[in-house]
Amino acid sequence: MTTELLNTLYIQTQGVYLRLESDTLRIQHEDVTLRHVPLHHLGGLALFGNVLVSPFLLHRCAEEGLEVAWFSESGRFQGRLAGPVSGNVLLRRAQYRALDNPSTCLYLAARFVEGKLKNARLVLQRAVRERGETEALNQALFEHEAALRQLPQARTVDEVRGLEGQAASAYFAAFGDLLLSGEFRFEGRNKRPPRDPVNALLGFVYALLTTQCTAALEGVGLDPQVGFLHALRPGRNALALDLIEEFRAWWADRLVLSMINRKQLSPEHFEERPGGAVLLSEEGRKAVIVAFQGRRQETLQHPLFKEPVPIGLLPHIQARLLARYLRGDLPEYPPFVGR
Amino acid sequence: MDETDDLFPPIDPPSPAEREPLPLSALAQYTYCPRRAALILLEGEWEDNEYTLRGTRAHENVDIPEGLLREGVWVERALPIWSERLGLSGRADVVEFVNGVPYPVEYKVGQRWPRELARKAAEVQLCAQALCLEEMFGQSVPAGALFSKASQRRREVLFTPELRAATLATLSALRKLLRQERLPPPAADERCRHCSLHAVCMPEVPQALVHFLSHNQP
Repeated sequence: MTTELLNTLYIQTQGVYLRLESDTLRIQHEDVTLRHVPLHHLGGLALFGNVLVSPFLLHRCAEEGLEVAWFSESGRFQGRLAGPVSGNVLLRRAQYRALDNPSTCLYLAARFVEGKLKNARLVLQRAVRERGETEALNQALFEHEAALRQLPQARTVDEVRGLEGQAASAYFAAFGDLLLSGEFRFEGRNKRPPRDPVNALLGFVYALLTTQCTAALEGVGLDPQVGFLHALRPGRNALALDLIEEFRAWWADRLVLSMINRKQLSPEHFEERPGGAVLLSEEGRKAVIVAFQGRRQETLQHPLFKEPVPIGLLPHIQARLLARYLRGDLPEYPPFVGR
Repeated sequence: MDETDDLFPPIDPPSPAEREPLPLSALAQYTYCPRRAALILLEGEWEDNEYTLRGTRAHENVDIPEGLLREGVWVERALPIWSERLGLSGRADVVEFVNGVPYPVEYKVGQRWPRELARKAAEVQLCAQALCLEEMFGQSVPAGALFSKASQRRREVLFTPELRAATLATLSALRKLLRQERLPPPAADERCRHCSLHAVCMPEVPQALVHFLSHNQP
């Protein structure tokens, strides 16, 4: 699968070979040419897993300042090509400047939370449609509407965090109503360590998604540790945590719910330790990764693009849009909102 | 637990910004050298964090040597432990259950650290584990043990009111340090000789710089 987005070519087909042919990039698979892409159309390459690139194509990308980033097949950032002049110093400077500008911090924090609230609302609305109202679901929907109404009036990042926190606690109070299987229950969110199977699952899928978001940010040259909604802390990928907010409910929570509700996981996939910590078993982790990767391959219609895009590329798209906004190339940052 | 509660100084619950639990291992590091703890937690100089370290130990299915195991005792290895009240999280190398009472056994940290300090650091960390276990199992944990790989012997540690108070004081000091976001000055003493972060810490440089500047006036 190859997709061209925001001038970045994402190559996810295993075993393809990319080579330079005069001013054109040629994508081959076992001596069959799949596509030609004129180089002047491209701003960068994102290569997932076993993708070969000819040295001459790499030389040319380095020379022209095309961004080339390597990821593992599952989407973990591995490294990037550094040409003679690193093209993203302006982007990084813009990112640090934004951090020192309270109004930009407030704007971005509010956008990330807006994405989170709208996507969580979708998950709640669908639950109401599918299994009827419950008191907790109604309350959570009410809180999300209220938070979305108040978000434009928030004056500080702390106020934005407060609105997000109120909605989140109502959301998790209703989360148990989304589980259809009698084998699993949810009494509230906990972590480090998780103390029940659903929390173990949520924690694991959030970690997978954070990896994807970190990789996407690294890929466009943003510093994943410099966030706007999440406070800076050493070793913490605050910007990846900002970005994941848009995807938590719509992608991670939905995946967890569908695996449980379709009985793809059973209590045997979990290991309870004395004192109450609950961990996914090796088998359980495998099952979740397979489901997660399957979801990454599915496509959807992104509101900003004509072509359908694979879900796995959504973090990359959002990272690119964020970079464009920070560089002053776009007047707004549009958070991703699903359907 | 109730009667021991009176012995504790009241602790400030972690503020919302500090909701992230601290790794248990940080207590031993801080006891040994506050700057070392700061380099690990503030500068991200991880060598091996709690999870990777304990995780590999657990996965390698380490043969726990003779002397660590006792007859008729239920043993849990690499057990996730935590305390909501104190904001701590980590794993215990070994927890034995003697008639249902948890008994933490910890490998000696810092094999080559100066002995007295290494002992104190290990005791504080073990005591922090006991506090977690008390909260998790709702019963008092009066004692645990430190296991020395070198001598293959275990030494019992009693969780006295003094040790508990010292452990809580260490935790408060650690939180205060993290709030300041500044590195404490280097120890520049015998602790540095076997410290794995020596190259990062550069303990001699502040002194050397003073000397250098006084001899190189323009």
